Amino acid sequence: MGAMREAAATRQDGPEAAPAPAGPPILDAAGVSRRFGAVVALRDASLRVARGEVVALMGANGAGKSTFVKILTGALKPDTGRIRLAGREVRLTSPAAARRAGLVPVYQEPALIPDLDVGDNLRLTRTPSGPFLHWAAELGLGAVRLDARAGALPLATLRVLDLARALAAEPDLLVLDEMTAALPTDLVDRVLSVVRAQADAGRAVIYISHRFAEIARLCDRATILRDGTTVGDLPIAPGVEEQAVELMLGGRLSAPAALATRASPAASGPPRLRVRNLAAAPKLAGLSFDLRPGEVLGVVALEGQGQDELFEILGGLRRPEAGRIEVDGRPRAFRHPADAIAAGLALVPGDRADALLSVRSVRENLALPALARPRAWGPIAMRREAEAVSRTIARLQIDTRAQGEARRLSGGNQQKVTIGRWLTGAPPRIFLLLDPTRGIDVRTKRQIYALVRDLASEGVAVLFYTSELPEVPQTCDRVIVLFGGRVVDALPAAEADEPRLMRAAYGLTEGEGGADRAREAAP
Amino acid sequence: MTARPVAARPSVAIVAARHGWTLGLAVLLALLLALTKIIQPAFGATGLEALVRAALPFAFATAAMTVVVIAGGIDLSVASMMAVAGVTGAVLMQNAGDGAGALLAVGAVLLVGAAMGATNGLLIVGTRLPDIVVTLAMLFVWEGVALLILRAPGGAATPWLRELVVGPLVIPGLPPAATALVPQALLVLAVILAAIWLPLRRSRLGLGIYAVGSDETAAFRSGVSIGATKVAAYTLAGVLAALGGLSVTLATGIGEPIPGPYLLASVAAVVLGGVALGGGRGGLLGPLLAVFILRVVRLDLTLLAVDPNVTTIIEGTIMAAVVMAGGLLAMRERRS
Amino acid sequence: MTAAAASPSPLARAARLLRDNPVIALLALLLLLVGVLEILRPGIVNERWIGNTIRFAIPLAMLAACQTLTMLTGGIDLSAGSVATVAAFVAATQAPLIGPEAAMLVALGPALLVGLANGVGVGLCRVHPLIMTLATGLIAVGALQVYQRGVIATGSAVPPLLGWLGTGRSWGVPHALVLFVPFAALLLWAERRTGFGRLLYAVGANERAARLAGVRVWGVHLALYALSGLIAGLAGLLYLGVIRAPSLSLAEPLLLPSVAAAVIGGTSIFGGRGGYAGTIVGALILTVLGTLLTMLQMPEGGRRILFGLIILVVTAAYLRLTDRG
Repeated sequence: MGAMREAAATRQDGPEAAPAPAGPPILDAAGVSRRFGAVVALRDASLRVARGEVVALMGANGAGKSTFVKILTGALKPDTGRIRLAGREVRLTSPAAARRAGLVPVYQEPALIPDLDVGDNLRLTRTPSGPFLHWAAELGLGAVRLDARAGALPLATLRVLDLARALAAEPDLLVLDEMTAALPTDLVDRVLSVVRAQADAGRAVIYISHRFAEIARLCDRATILRDGTTVGDLPIAPGVEEQAVELMLGGRLSAPAALATRASPAASGPPRLRVRNLAAAPKLAGLSFDLRPGEVLGVVALEGQGQDELFEILGGLRRPEAGRIEVDGRPRAFRHPADAIAAGLALVPGDRADALLSVRSVRENLALPALARPRAWGPIAMRREAEAVSRTIARLQIDTRAQGEARRLSGGNQQKVTIGRWLTGAPPRIFLLLDPTRGIDVRTKRQIYALVRDLASEGVAVLFYTSELPEVPQTCDRVIVLFGGRVVDALPAAEADEPRLMRAAYGLTEGEGGADRAREAAP
Repeated sequence: MTARPVAARPSVAIVAARHGWTLGLAVLLALLLALTKIIQPAFGATGLEALVRAALPFAFATAAMTVVVIAGGIDLSVASMMAVAGVTGAVLMQNAGDGAGALLAVGAVLLVGAAMGATNGLLIVGTRLPDIVVTLAMLFVWEGVALLILRAPGGAATPWLRELVVGPLVIPGLPPAATALVPQALLVLAVILAAIWLPLRRSRLGLGIYAVGSDETAAFRSGVSIGATKVAAYTLAGVLAALGGLSVTLATGIGEPIPGPYLLASVAAVVLGGVALGGGRGGLLGPLLAVFILRVVRLDLTLLAVDPNVTTIIEGTIMAAVVMAGGLLAMRERRS
Repeated sequence: MTAAAASPSPLARAARLLRDNPVIALLALLLLLVGVLEILRPGIVNERWIGNTIRFAIPLAMLAACQTLTMLTGGIDLSAGSVATVAAFVAATQAPLIGPEAAMLVALGPALLVGLANGVGVGLCRVHPLIMTLATGLIAVGALQVYQRGVIATGSAVPPLLGWLGTGRSWGVPHALVLFVPFAALLLWAERRTGFGRLLYAVGANERAARLAGVRVWGVHLALYALSGLIAGLAGLLYLGVIRAPSLSLAEPLLLPSVAAAVIGGTSIFGGRGGYAGTIVGALILTVLGTLLTMLQMPEGGRRILFGLIILVVTAAYLRLTDRG
């Protein structure tokens, strides 16, 4: 490992040391940084792209890819840094300005106005319809109706139309964010060859993708972001995957290994939660797994692989289109979070803003679930509530010095509040934690790992999605990896080293027995 | 996932799907008019003329509300702005005399309307408060302004302008019988709204209004200036509300500072007309048909000798039901 | 952000005071207004004037309770004025027919009904509260006009109890306080110390979070708007005792001030913040302000403009204050 990391490090003395681009750089961005409040999304990102090149922009979840793309395309203003287009320094104040400068993006969410028809969408962006239709045909969409309402078209079609519109603008630099997600394979092939042809014709492309296979086929170089910083720049060659994975993970490989105190016994007995063939288009495509009492089941996936939908369905926020959910052998269907809570499932959402009563006190936040039922609408037993709340505050070591409104707490303490709310009364039977450690400090993270193990030892079943791979061996008993709305790998957490998880999350284990192991997730 | 359903649907189906609601409204209106003829066999040109004249302010109020709602907002101050425009017009016309001065007065009223609408829009964009809060406050402000201009009903309307919205259409060279059934007010309404709406609908500003209401992020990424588009939509609503206020003054011959029942009626017509309250969807024709439907319902109830106050209740209940059904539909859509 | 915290300008400090202790700041404003009044017309502030101010502020404060409670959830009740009018009118016209006590009870029936309709519209159909309550308010007024034609011959009478409450005073203390003090105490207790009160804040602070915690938000809305209707009815009855003459637009002039009183009192129109204590002071401020404006001969139009601007400016100011971390 160490030797490999050194090898990679020699290549990352900075963007200046990158392999010489094929031609003069069309884009040269350096020192770009951007904060959102206390969160630093980008700290020193740089990227150079030359004419004739397709450059992959890679990074783990939260590495800053989306922020970087938004800045490069004028949708977001950077705090610092400079951007040069064709040698001239530019200030991209809006997407329209970026477009005029020859830089055209295709975002993950289609930028077509859903309530306008395709033709009006072209008019809105002053795109000539002739070249648009040419590119749409080239991309494999036979005859395109200009009078079709954009919102009525399937996501895949919309994304390809978005690309066709971008190509019709004859951009110098095309920025494609997860262009092939949600596309069927035949369209993926068309898209890849059209994009490659663009580069070969002297244009430049920035390509963001979670799919290694496509990057290997399409790209000339890969620029790698970690924690908002550009950490490496690799030419695409056989074996580059290993280097890329390592650069993406970086120093995290040296994180401490599994916690020594793994108290809970090997989970056994009948599953407490049984999920079978859960489906909800377009993200969930038949997902199955079991979760036993006292078990912490890790869930690992890149963004948008169906994990959000899975947690929302289990939490009662969304209804599945197909599939079964059984709790202790009884089939369940949740129409409202109250139903899920009654069945013993409690959800801590990935975005704290969804769970926090930010302008109310810690006490009111912690006591909320106890007051949810109409039965509890009457007088509050204030002393009993105060006792229960202070027990939770003590157990989770919530720092309540910032009295008054919960939004004045630090991020870590806010997260403790959204978790602690479910422990103020009787604990849930199944605890659904969606990325509970995202964006919080190390100390709080450790406390949360300990709490999760503690709960498991009390017999609570925990489903634990995390975007931080080192947490898996530290906290979980088993782990499943999602890709494209399915379980593609399942393994004991002790074997779940990061490179393996990362490869599976990038869909690289498919066809190598990963699917067999995935089947084992739901015996 | 099928990748190419774009070509799958024939054009007729698309037209029917997109305009089905409007077509349904047109059929409903025709049925209601036929019903009116059955209830009151004497119903003819005069009845139709009175109906359109009464509907005129409602139609302009609804047009104003439609533009704002399509842009994703709502304008609760529509009726108050009409009152301001109405009394301003009455005062100016009283002093303007008969000739070109009256036209100047009309121009001034439209400018006042644009200024009021622009104020609403600028306040919304500037304060970043929700549309509904700002226009609620401005509802009271414009109401007060109207009362300051005229404390009690007063002023006057220029007679030849009043003639414009009274009586059947007369086209020189055609026998009067040929156009007897077309009220002049309808022509005025159609010409004014067509002159504003048709060029707008296809312009980049019009597309921008739809885009902002439909998906603000996508609109921004498509290069639409969000703030300017909103201000433009509210300004246009102010002009349309001013036309509505003028039409009240022309119909009654006097300026009335207390706002009429146009706010709720316009919201109901907008919802019934197939414009989603969330924005981005619908056109002007549907809400206008809805205005006439609601007016014909009122007329029929009156013809059936229902107590006018009961008619008000029924009308109010229909409007509330329409808004509630609209809410339920929107909720179902969000869920799917 | 940190720079502003390090060297707070006097304005920022005043803003912080207003945010953390709105009631204290509001009381200071109230005293200031009273002082201005006393300077403009020395001798006006006496026991009798104070009693009268309280007497007129109480119905306003009760109607503003409807706005406060609904605004805590991010809503509003624009039907409150009409509901109060309906209740007052029904009580006055039924009193000669079925006796004053029964008439007062019957009068609360339509108030509850309108409130329930609002609750269904807002909670189940998800109509914006503003639109929904505006609609039911107009329907209620229409219904009242129909009702009036049915009872035009029976005459009307103000139930004696309401007259006693509305106009009577003992040792200089208005009797209205007999109703209002327990009412306000109950509300102040309920908003902090009952599950329902807490849920109002929770729904207003973050409806999604409340749902995630298992709250069926529609149920809260239904109960809330029904309660708001009842309170509006009660306020109408009391106002009937104050004015002593039923009319078809009795309480309408109180609607706009009731919204303004809640907003001035520090209840956020976006929900989740505020409470009834501030609203009570807000109602007193508006009543004193009304006296002041009358003294300055401000026309009705100017008053409306002023109230509208107060709502706009105060809401924008609170938004700025609360945005600032």
